[in-house]
Amino acid sequence: MKIKVWINDKAIATHIDGDTMLIDVLREKGYKSVKCGCDTTNCGLCTVWLEGRPVLSCAVPAARADGKHVTTLEGVAEEAEAFGRFMAAQGAEQCGYCSPGLIMNVLAMAREMKRPTETQIKEYLAGNLCRCTGYEGQYRAIRNYLAVTQGDYQLFGKGEVIEGVR
Amino acid sequence: MYTIRTFKRVESLEEAYELNQKKTTTILGGGMWLRLGNRQIQAAVDLSGLGLDTIEETDDAFVIGCMTPLRDMEVHPGLNRYFQDMIRDCLKDIVGVQFRNTATIGGSLYGRFGFSDPLTALLVLDTTVEMYKGGMIPLEDFVDMPYDRDILVRVHIRKDGRRCAYQSFRNTRTDFPVLTAAVSSKDGIWRAAVGARPKKAALIAGAAKLPERPEKKDVGALAKEARDTLKYEDNMRASADYRKILTGVLLERAVEAVCGGMDHED
Ligand SMILES: Cc1cc2nc3c(=O)[nH]c(=O)nc-3n(C[C@H](O)[C@H](O)[C@H](O)COP(=O)(O)OP(=O)(O)OC[C@H]3O[C@@H](n4cnc5c(N)ncnc54)[C@H](O)[C@@H]3O)c2cc1C
Ligand code: FES
Ligand code: FES
Repeated sequence: MKIKVWINDKAIATHIDGDTMLIDVLREKGYKSVKCGCDTTNCGLCTVWLEGRPVLSCAVPAARADGKHVTTLEGVAEEAEAFGRFMAAQGAEQCGYCSPGLIMNVLAMAREMKRPTETQIKEYLAGNLCRCTGYEGQYRAIRNYLAVTQGDYQLFGKGEVIEGVR
Repeated sequence: MYTIRTFKRVESLEEAYELNQKKTTTILGGGMWLRLGNRQIQAAVDLSGLGLDTIEETDDAFVIGCMTPLRDMEVHPGLNRYFQDMIRDCLKDIVGVQFRNTATIGGSLYGRFGFSDPLTALLVLDTTVEMYKGGMIPLEDFVDMPYDRDILVRVHIRKDGRRCAYQSFRNTRTDFPVLTAAVSSKDGIWRAAVGARPKKAALIAGAAKLPERPEKKDVGALAKEARDTLKYEDNMRASADYRKILTGVLLERAVEAVCGGMDHED
Protein backbone atom coordinates (compact mmCIF):
# COMPACT_ATOMS: atom_id res chain seq x y z
CA MET A 1 0.00 0.00 0.00
CA LYS A 2 1.02 3.60 -0.48
CA ILE A 3 1.44 6.00 2.41
CA LYS A 4 2.44 9.61 2.74
CA VAL A 5 4.28 10.63 5.88
CA TRP A 6 5.80 13.91 6.98
CA ILE A 7 9.20 13.04 8.33
CA ASN A 8 10.72 16.03 10.08
CA ASP A 9 8.25 18.17 8.13
CA LYS A 10 9.29 16.77 4.77
CA ALA A 11 6.49 14.99 2.88
CA ILE A 12 7.54 11.52 1.83
CA ALA A 13 5.44 9.07 -0.17
CA THR A 14 6.40 5.42 -0.13
CA HIS A 15 5.11 1.92 -0.70
CA ILE A 16 4.88 -0.41 2.28
CA ASP A 17 3.68 -3.90 3.07
CA GLY A 18 0.87 -4.54 5.54
CA ASP A 19 3.35 -5.47 8.25
CA THR A 20 6.06 -2.88 7.60
CA MET A 21 6.96 -1.12 10.83
CA LEU A 22 7.57 2.60 11.07
CA ILE A 23 11.23 2.02 11.94
CA ASP A 24 11.81 0.27 8.62
CA VAL A 25 10.44 3.19 6.64
CA LEU A 26 12.52 5.67 8.63
CA ARG A 27 15.78 3.79 8.18
CA GLU A 28 15.10 3.12 4.52
CA LYS A 29 14.59 6.83 3.99
CA GLY A 30 17.95 7.54 5.60
CA TYR A 31 16.99 8.48 9.15
CA LYS A 32 19.68 6.29 10.64
CA SER A 33 19.50 7.76 14.14
CA VAL A 34 16.54 5.42 14.57
CA LYS A 35 17.81 2.03 15.68
CA CYS A 36 16.38 -1.21 16.90
CA GLY A 37 17.74 -2.48 20.20
CA CYS A 38 15.44 -5.34 21.16
CA ASP A 39 12.83 -7.83 20.00
CA THR A 40 10.47 -7.25 22.87
CA THR A 41 9.23 -3.64 22.71
CA ASN A 42 11.15 -2.88 25.86
CA CYS A 43 14.32 -0.89 25.27
CA GLY A 44 13.17 2.49 23.95
CA LEU A 45 16.05 2.88 21.53
CA CYS A 46 13.69 3.20 18.54
CA THR A 47 11.81 6.17 20.05
CA VAL A 48 10.49 8.76 17.59
CA TRP A 49 7.58 11.17 17.87
CA LEU A 50 4.30 10.52 16.10
CA GLU A 51 2.29 13.72 16.05
CA GLY A 52 4.59 14.95 18.78
CA ARG A 53 4.14 11.95 21.09
CA PRO A 54 7.03 9.59 21.78
CA VAL A 55 6.34 6.09 20.45
CA LEU A 56 8.32 2.93 19.79
CA SER A 57 8.84 2.95 16.03
CA CYS A 58 9.71 -0.77 16.09
CA ALA A 59 6.13 -1.54 17.07
CA VAL A 60 4.05 1.08 15.28
CA PRO A 61 2.73 -0.23 11.95
CA ALA A 62 3.95 2.12 9.22
CA ALA A 63 0.39 2.23 7.89
CA ARG A 64 -0.63 4.00 11.07
CA ALA A 65 1.73 6.87 10.23
CA ASP A 66 -0.07 7.59 6.97
CA GLY A 67 -0.92 11.28 6.81
CA LYS A 68 0.87 11.93 10.07
CA HIS A 69 3.97 13.79 11.23
CA VAL A 70 6.97 11.86 12.46
CA THR A 71 9.93 13.48 14.16
CA THR A 72 13.30 11.80 14.47
CA LEU A 73 16.51 12.92 16.14
CA GLU A 74 17.58 14.45 12.84
CA GLY A 75 14.55 16.75 13.05
CA VAL A 76 15.52 18.15 16.44
CA ALA A 77 19.27 18.18 15.83
CA GLU A 78 19.93 21.49 17.53
CA GLU A 79 18.17 20.61 20.76
CA ALA A 80 19.67 17.15 20.68
CA GLU A 81 23.12 18.63 20.38
CA ALA A 82 22.47 21.03 23.25
CA PHE A 83 21.35 18.18 25.48
CA GLY A 84 24.26 16.10 24.24
CA ARG A 85 26.65 18.66 25.68
CA PHE A 86 25.11 18.15 29.11
CA MET A 87 25.57 14.41 28.70
CA ALA A 88 29.20 14.85 27.65
CA ALA A 89 29.86 17.15 30.59
CA GLN A 90 28.80 14.35 32.91
CA GLY A 91 30.64 11.65 30.99
CA ALA A 92 27.25 9.99 30.99
CA GLU A 93 27.67 7.68 28.05
CA GLN A 94 29.76 4.59 27.75
CA CYS A 95 29.00 2.97 24.38
CA GLY A 96 26.34 5.57 23.62
CA TYR A 97 24.11 3.13 21.76
CA CYS A 98 21.09 3.97 23.90
CA SER A 99 21.39 7.72 23.46
CA PRO A 100 19.25 8.46 20.38
CA GLY A 101 16.19 6.93 22.04
CA LEU A 102 16.91 8.52 25.39
CA ILE A 103 17.41 11.95 23.85
CA MET A 104 14.11 11.75 21.95
CA ASN A 105 12.31 10.85 25.13
CA VAL A 106 14.05 13.50 27.25
CA LEU A 107 13.11 16.17 24.71
CA ALA A 108 9.53 14.86 24.63
CA MET A 109 9.41 15.01 28.41
CA ALA A 110 10.75 18.56 28.45
CA ARG A 111 7.93 19.57 26.11
CA GLU A 112 5.24 17.73 28.02
CA MET A 113 6.19 18.60 31.58
CA LYS A 114 7.46 21.72 33.15
CA ARG A 115 9.81 21.31 36.08
CA PRO A 116 9.25 17.58 36.58
CA THR A 117 10.20 16.12 39.93
CA GLU A 118 12.81 13.38 40.31
CA THR A 119 10.06 10.75 40.47
CA GLN A 120 8.37 12.13 37.38
CA ILE A 121 11.65 12.15 35.45
CA LYS A 122 12.45 8.58 36.42
CA GLU A 123 8.95 7.42 35.57
CA TYR A 124 8.99 9.16 32.21
CA LEU A 125 12.32 7.65 31.24
CA ALA A 126 11.82 4.17 32.70
CA GLY A 127 11.24 2.80 29.21
CA ASN A 128 14.72 3.76 28.00
CA LEU A 129 17.16 1.03 28.89
CA CYS A 130 20.94 1.39 29.04
CA ARG A 131 23.09 -1.71 29.20
CA CYS A 132 26.35 0.00 30.17
CA THR A 133 25.72 2.64 32.79
CA GLY A 134 23.80 2.99 36.03
CA TYR A 135 21.82 5.96 34.68
CA GLU A 136 23.34 8.33 37.25
CA GLY A 137 25.33 10.37 34.73
CA GLN A 138 22.34 10.67 32.44
CA TYR A 139 20.19 11.70 35.34
CA ARG A 140 22.60 14.47 36.35
CA ALA A 141 22.74 15.64 32.74
CA ILE A 142 18.94 15.71 32.52
CA ARG A 143 18.62 17.64 35.75
CA ASN A 144 21.08 20.22 34.60
CA TYR A 145 19.57 20.48 31.15
CA LEU A 146 16.12 21.06 32.63
CA ALA A 147 17.45 23.47 35.22
CA VAL A 148 19.00 25.58 32.49
CA THR A 149 16.34 25.30 29.77
CA GLN A 150 13.34 25.54 32.04
CA GLY A 151 14.95 28.31 33.99
CA ASP A 152 14.50 27.04 37.51
CA TYR A 153 17.65 26.50 39.48
CA GLN A 154 15.62 25.98 42.62
CA LEU A 155 14.02 22.80 41.33
CA PHE A 156 16.66 20.42 42.54
CA GLY A 157 17.28 22.62 45.52
CA LYS A 158 18.89 21.56 48.75
CA GLY A 159 21.80 23.87 47.93
CA GLU A 160 23.16 21.46 45.38
CA VAL A 161 25.74 22.82 43.01
CA ILE A 162 24.82 22.15 39.43
CA GLU A 163 27.93 20.79 37.85
CA GLY A 164 28.99 20.62 34.29
CA VAL A 165 26.74 23.28 32.88
CA ARG A 166 28.55 24.69 29.92
CA MET B 1 6.72 -11.22 14.63
CA TYR B 2 3.31 -11.30 12.99
CA THR B 3 2.82 -11.04 9.26
CA ILE B 4 0.03 -8.95 7.76
CA ARG B 5 -1.13 -9.36 4.19
CA THR B 6 -3.51 -6.47 4.03
CA PHE B 7 -3.88 -3.59 6.43
CA LYS B 8 -7.50 -2.60 6.29
CA ARG B 9 -8.54 0.78 7.62
CA VAL B 10 -12.26 0.38 8.11
CA GLU B 11 -14.87 3.11 7.83
CA SER B 12 -17.44 1.61 10.16
CA LEU B 13 -17.78 -0.89 12.97
CA GLU B 14 -20.09 -2.95 10.80
CA GLU B 15 -17.35 -3.28 8.20
CA ALA B 16 -14.88 -4.26 10.93
CA TYR B 17 -17.30 -6.80 12.35
CA GLU B 18 -18.01 -8.36 8.96
CA LEU B 19 -14.31 -8.70 8.21
CA ASN B 20 -13.63 -10.09 11.66
CA GLN B 21 -15.95 -13.05 11.13
CA LYS B 22 -13.15 -14.69 9.19
CA LYS B 23 -10.65 -16.62 11.28
CA THR B 24 -7.77 -15.11 9.30
CA THR B 25 -8.78 -11.56 10.25
CA THR B 26 -7.41 -9.86 13.34
CA ILE B 27 -8.47 -6.62 14.99
CA LEU B 28 -5.46 -4.42 15.58
CA GLY B 29 -5.44 -2.42 18.80
CA GLY B 30 -2.09 -0.83 19.47
CA GLY B 31 -0.59 -4.00 18.03
CA MET B 32 1.99 -4.13 20.80
CA TRP B 33 1.03 -7.54 22.07
CA LEU B 34 0.09 -8.96 18.69
CA ARG B 35 3.46 -8.03 17.25
CA LEU B 36 5.27 -10.34 19.63
CA GLY B 37 3.30 -13.34 18.46
CA ASN B 38 3.71 -15.01 15.11
CA ARG B 39 0.17 -14.90 13.82
CA GLN B 40 -0.18 -14.93 10.05
CA ILE B 41 -2.82 -12.30 9.56
CA GLN B 42 -4.60 -12.10 6.24
CA ALA B 43 -6.45 -8.90 7.08
CA ALA B 44 -5.52 -6.63 9.98
CA VAL B 45 -8.48 -4.43 10.82
CA ASP B 46 -7.49 -0.92 11.83
CA LEU B 47 -10.12 0.89 13.88
CA SER B 48 -8.10 4.08 14.19
CA GLY B 49 -10.27 6.04 11.76
CA LEU B 50 -13.45 5.66 13.80
CA GLY B 51 -12.85 8.30 16.46
CA LEU B 52 -12.73 5.68 19.19
CA ASP B 53 -9.71 7.19 20.92
CA THR B 54 -11.37 9.58 23.33
CA ILE B 55 -12.26 9.70 27.01
CA GLU B 56 -15.62 11.33 27.65
CA GLU B 57 -17.00 12.22 31.03
CA THR B 58 -20.77 12.20 31.28
CA ASP B 59 -22.91 12.86 34.36
CA ASP B 60 -22.67 9.29 35.54
CA ALA B 61 -19.74 7.64 33.78
CA PHE B 62 -16.44 7.85 32.00
CA VAL B 63 -16.77 6.46 28.49
CA ILE B 64 -13.48 5.41 26.96
CA GLY B 65 -13.05 4.43 23.30
CA CYS B 66 -11.28 1.13 22.66
CA MET B 67 -8.43 2.78 20.73
CA THR B 68 -7.58 5.15 23.58
CA PRO B 69 -3.89 4.81 24.43
CA LEU B 70 -3.17 3.72 28.00
CA ARG B 71 -1.17 6.89 28.47
CA ASP B 72 -4.24 9.07 27.87
CA MET B 73 -6.04 7.36 30.72
CA GLU B 74 -2.97 7.56 32.93
CA VAL B 75 -2.75 11.35 32.64
CA HIS B 76 -6.48 12.11 32.42
CA PRO B 77 -7.24 14.59 35.20
CA GLY B 78 -10.94 13.75 35.51
CA LEU B 79 -10.45 9.99 35.69
CA ASN B 80 -7.70 10.27 38.24
CA ARG B 81 -9.41 12.83 40.38
CA TYR B 82 -12.55 10.73 40.47
CA PHE B 83 -10.82 7.44 41.15
CA GLN B 84 -8.13 8.79 43.48
CA ASP B 85 -5.23 8.16 41.07
CA MET B 86 -5.99 4.47 40.76
CA ILE B 87 -6.05 4.64 36.95
CA ARG B 88 -2.60 6.20 36.93
CA ASP B 89 -1.34 3.73 39.51
CA CYS B 90 -2.40 0.71 37.46
CA LEU B 91 -0.83 1.96 34.23
CA LYS B 92 2.34 3.82 35.11
CA ASP B 93 4.60 0.77 35.37
CA ILE B 94 3.67 -0.78 32.03
CA VAL B 95 6.92 -0.75 30.02
CA GLY B 96 7.36 2.96 29.34
CA VAL B 97 5.66 6.16 28.26
CA GLN B 98 6.37 5.44 24.58
CA PHE B 99 4.77 2.02 24.90
CA ARG B 100 1.71 3.37 26.68
CA ASN B 101 1.27 6.00 23.96
CA THR B 102 0.50 3.15 21.59
CA ALA B 103 -0.97 0.25 23.60
CA THR B 104 -4.75 0.62 23.83
CA ILE B 105 -7.33 -0.03 26.52
CA GLY B 106 -9.41 -2.05 24.04
CA GLY B 107 -6.55 -4.46 23.35
CA SER B 108 -5.70 -4.60 27.05
CA LEU B 109 -9.18 -5.62 28.16
CA TYR B 110 -10.05 -7.76 25.16
CA GLY B 111 -6.82 -9.71 25.74
CA ARG B 112 -7.81 -10.51 29.35
CA PHE B 113 -4.17 -11.16 30.05
CA GLY B 114 -3.22 -12.90 33.26
CA PHE B 115 -0.64 -10.24 34.08
CA SER B 116 -2.96 -7.33 33.38
CA ASP B 117 -2.74 -4.38 35.73
CA PRO B 118 -5.73 -2.45 34.33
CA LEU B 119 -7.91 -5.57 34.27
CA THR B 120 -7.32 -6.01 38.01
CA ALA B 121 -8.04 -2.36 38.77
CA LEU B 122 -11.12 -1.97 36.61
CA LEU B 123 -12.66 -5.11 38.13
CA VAL B 124 -13.22 -3.35 41.43
CA LEU B 125 -14.91 -0.40 39.73
CA ASP B 126 -18.35 -0.56 38.15
CA THR B 127 -16.91 -1.26 34.70
CA THR B 128 -18.82 -2.42 31.64
CA VAL B 129 -17.46 -3.25 28.22
CA GLU B 130 -19.58 -2.25 25.25
CA MET B 131 -19.30 -4.95 22.58
CA TYR B 132 -20.46 -4.28 19.04
CA LYS B 133 -22.82 -7.27 18.89
CA GLY B 134 -22.78 -8.48 22.46
CA GLY B 135 -23.93 -5.18 23.93
CA MET B 136 -23.10 -4.05 27.44
CA ILE B 137 -21.30 -6.70 29.48
CA PRO B 138 -20.09 -6.20 33.05
CA LEU B 139 -16.31 -6.61 33.13
CA GLU B 140 -16.56 -9.26 35.83
CA ASP B 141 -18.55 -11.45 33.39
CA PHE B 142 -16.43 -10.53 30.38
CA VAL B 143 -13.26 -11.67 32.13
CA ASP B 144 -14.32 -15.29 31.98
CA MET B 145 -16.03 -15.28 28.60
CA PRO B 146 -14.33 -17.12 25.75
CA TYR B 147 -12.56 -15.11 23.06
CA ASP B 148 -15.03 -14.57 20.25
CA ARG B 149 -15.09 -12.50 17.06
CA ASP B 150 -16.89 -9.48 18.48
CA ILE B 151 -15.40 -6.00 18.80
CA LEU B 152 -14.87 -4.18 22.05
CA VAL B 153 -16.06 -0.66 21.24
CA ARG B 154 -15.95 1.28 24.48
CA VAL B 155 -15.32 0.87 28.17
CA HIS B 156 -17.78 2.49 30.59
CA ILE B 157 -16.75 3.19 34.16
CA ARG B 158 -19.62 4.34 36.32
CA LYS B 159 -19.13 7.30 38.61
CA ASP B 160 -20.62 5.82 41.74
CA GLY B 161 -18.59 7.59 44.38
CA ARG B 162 -16.44 4.58 45.13
CA ARG B 163 -13.16 4.87 47.03
CA CYS B 164 -10.45 2.67 45.58
CA ALA B 165 -6.78 1.78 45.54
CA TYR B 166 -4.40 -0.29 43.44
CA GLN B 167 -1.24 -2.18 44.33
CA SER B 168 1.20 -4.22 42.30
CA PHE B 169 4.44 -5.95 43.09
CA ARG B 170 7.19 -6.16 40.49
CA ASN B 171 10.62 -7.71 40.69
CA THR B 172 11.85 -4.81 38.67
CA ARG B 173 10.04 -1.71 37.61
CA THR B 174 8.43 -1.93 34.14
CA ASP B 175 8.55 -5.74 34.19
CA PHE B 176 5.32 -7.73 34.27
CA PRO B 177 3.80 -7.74 37.76
CA VAL B 178 4.37 -10.67 40.11
CA LEU B 179 1.02 -9.94 41.73
CA THR B 180 -1.67 -7.28 41.40
CA ALA B 181 -4.41 -6.29 43.83
CA ALA B 182 -7.18 -3.73 43.85
CA VAL B 183 -9.90 -2.88 46.34
CA SER B 184 -12.79 -0.47 46.44
CA SER B 185 -15.47 0.49 48.90
CA LYS B 186 -18.84 2.13 48.48
CA ASP B 187 -21.38 2.60 51.26
CA GLY B 188 -19.37 0.18 53.35
CA ILE B 189 -19.49 -2.58 50.70
CA TRP B 190 -16.07 -3.73 49.56
CA ARG B 191 -14.82 -5.28 46.36
CA ALA B 192 -11.38 -6.82 46.01
CA ALA B 193 -9.53 -8.41 43.09
CA VAL B 194 -6.22 -10.21 42.78
CA GLY B 195 -4.45 -10.79 39.48
CA ALA B 196 -1.19 -11.99 37.93
CA ARG B 197 -1.29 -15.09 40.10
CA PRO B 198 -0.20 -15.50 37.23
CA LYS B 199 -3.77 -16.35 36.27
CA LYS B 200 -5.94 -13.45 35.27
CA ALA B 201 -7.55 -11.18 37.79
CA ALA B 202 -10.55 -12.42 39.76
CA LEU B 203 -12.81 -10.90 42.37
CA ILE B 204 -12.71 -12.33 45.88
CA ALA B 205 -16.33 -13.07 46.79
CA GLY B 206 -15.90 -12.62 50.54
CA ALA B 207 -14.90 -8.96 50.17
CA ALA B 208 -18.57 -8.08 50.51
CA LYS B 209 -18.46 -9.44 54.06
CA LEU B 210 -15.71 -7.05 55.17
CA PRO B 211 -16.76 -4.54 57.81
CA GLU B 212 -16.89 -0.91 56.78
CA ARG B 213 -13.52 -0.24 58.42
CA PRO B 214 -11.68 -3.54 58.22
CA GLU B 215 -9.02 -4.42 60.74
CA LYS B 216 -5.85 -6.28 59.97
CA LYS B 217 -7.44 -9.61 60.87
CA ASP B 218 -10.36 -9.00 58.50
CA VAL B 219 -8.02 -8.36 55.61
CA GLY B 220 -6.04 -11.43 56.70
CA ALA B 221 -9.19 -13.52 56.39
CA LEU B 222 -9.86 -12.05 52.96
CA ALA B 223 -6.34 -12.92 51.83
CA LYS B 224 -6.83 -16.44 53.14
CA GLU B 225 -10.01 -16.77 51.13
CA ALA B 226 -8.12 -15.64 48.04
CA ARG B 227 -5.39 -18.20 48.71
CA ASP B 228 -7.94 -20.97 49.27
CA THR B 229 -10.33 -20.26 46.42
CA LEU B 230 -8.26 -18.74 43.61
CA LYS B 231 -5.73 -20.60 41.54
CA TYR B 232 -2.08 -19.69 42.13
CA GLU B 233 0.84 -20.96 40.06
CA ASP B 234 4.61 -20.73 39.73
CA ASN B 235 6.25 -19.04 36.80
CA MET B 236 9.65 -17.56 36.01
CA ARG B 237 8.90 -14.46 38.09
CA ALA B 238 7.78 -16.04 41.34
CA SER B 239 6.42 -19.15 42.99
CA ALA B 240 2.77 -19.69 43.88
CA ASP B 241 3.75 -19.64 47.57
CA TYR B 242 5.43 -16.28 47.27
CA ARG B 243 2.38 -14.88 45.48
CA LYS B 244 0.19 -16.16 48.29
CA ILE B 245 2.25 -14.27 50.83
CA LEU B 246 2.14 -11.14 48.70
CA THR B 247 -1.64 -11.38 48.47
CA GLY B 248 -2.03 -10.47 52.14
CA VAL B 249 0.52 -7.68 51.91
CA LEU B 250 -0.95 -6.00 48.83
CA LEU B 251 -4.55 -6.31 50.00
CA GLU B 252 -3.63 -4.79 53.33
CA ARG B 253 -1.84 -1.88 51.69
CA ALA B 254 -4.74 -1.26 49.34
CA VAL B 255 -7.37 -1.36 52.11
CA GLU B 256 -5.19 0.90 54.19
CA ALA B 257 -4.96 3.38 51.31
CA VAL B 258 -8.74 3.46 50.98
CA CYS B 259 -9.33 3.87 54.72
CA GLY B 260 -6.50 6.31 55.21
CA GLY B 261 -4.91 3.98 57.75
CA MET B 262 -5.98 0.82 59.52
CA ASP B 263 -6.60 -0.15 63.10
CA HIS B 264 -4.13 -2.77 64.20
CA GLU B 265 -5.02 -5.01 67.10
CA ASP B 266 -1.53 -5.40 68.49
C1 LIG C 1 6.54 -6.27 26.23
C2 LIG C 1 5.19 -6.08 26.85
C3 LIG C 1 5.08 -5.85 28.21
C4 LIG C 1 3.84 -5.68 28.80
N1 LIG C 1 3.75 -5.46 30.16
C5 LIG C 1 2.54 -5.31 30.74
C6 LIG C 1 2.40 -5.09 32.16
O1 LIG C 1 3.37 -5.08 32.91
N2 LIG C 1 1.16 -4.94 32.67
C7 LIG C 1 0.04 -4.95 31.88
O2 LIG C 1 -1.06 -4.80 32.40
N3 LIG C 1 0.14 -5.14 30.56
C8 LIG C 1 1.36 -5.32 29.97
N4 LIG C 1 1.43 -5.55 28.62
C9 LIG C 1 0.18 -5.58 27.83
C10 LIG C 1 -0.12 -4.21 27.24
O3 LIG C 1 -0.30 -3.27 28.26
C11 LIG C 1 -1.38 -4.25 26.38
O4 LIG C 1 -2.44 -4.69 27.17
C12 LIG C 1 -1.24 -5.15 25.20
O5 LIG C 1 -0.14 -4.73 24.41
C13 LIG C 1 -2.49 -5.18 24.36
O6 LIG C 1 -2.83 -3.89 23.93
P1 LIG C 1 -2.63 -3.48 22.39
O7 LIG C 1 -3.34 -2.19 22.19
O8 LIG C 1 -1.22 -3.55 22.03
O9 LIG C 1 -3.49 -4.64 21.69
P2 LIG C 1 -3.15 -5.60 20.46
O10 LIG C 1 -1.84 -6.27 20.63
O11 LIG C 1 -3.36 -4.84 19.20
O12 LIG C 1 -4.36 -6.63 20.62
C14 LIG C 1 -4.41 -7.57 21.67
C15 LIG C 1 -5.57 -8.54 21.37
O13 LIG C 1 -6.82 -7.88 21.47
C16 LIG C 1 -7.50 -7.89 20.23
N5 LIG C 1 -8.14 -6.58 20.12
C17 LIG C 1 -7.53 -5.37 20.18
N6 LIG C 1 -8.43 -4.38 20.18
C18 LIG C 1 -9.65 -4.98 20.10
C19 LIG C 1 -10.98 -4.49 20.08
N7 LIG C 1 -11.26 -3.18 20.13
N8 LIG C 1 -12.00 -5.39 20.00
C20 LIG C 1 -11.72 -6.72 19.96
N9 LIG C 1 -10.48 -7.24 19.99
C21 LIG C 1 -9.46 -6.38 20.07
C22 LIG C 1 -6.47 -8.19 19.19
O14 LIG C 1 -7.02 -8.83 18.05
C23 LIG C 1 -5.53 -9.11 19.96
O15 LIG C 1 -6.05 -10.40 20.01
C24 LIG C 1 2.67 -5.73 28.01
C25 LIG C 1 2.77 -5.95 26.63
C26 LIG C 1 4.01 -6.12 26.04
C27 LIG C 1 4.08 -6.33 24.56
S1 FES D 1 13.73 -1.52 19.47
FE1 FES D 1 13.54 -1.91 21.58
S2 FES D 1 11.68 -0.93 22.02
FE2 FES D 1 11.83 -0.63 19.88
S1 FES E 1 25.79 3.71 27.16
FE1 FES E 1 25.86 1.73 26.33
S2 FES E 1 23.76 1.18 26.28
FE2 FES E 1 23.70 3.06 27.26
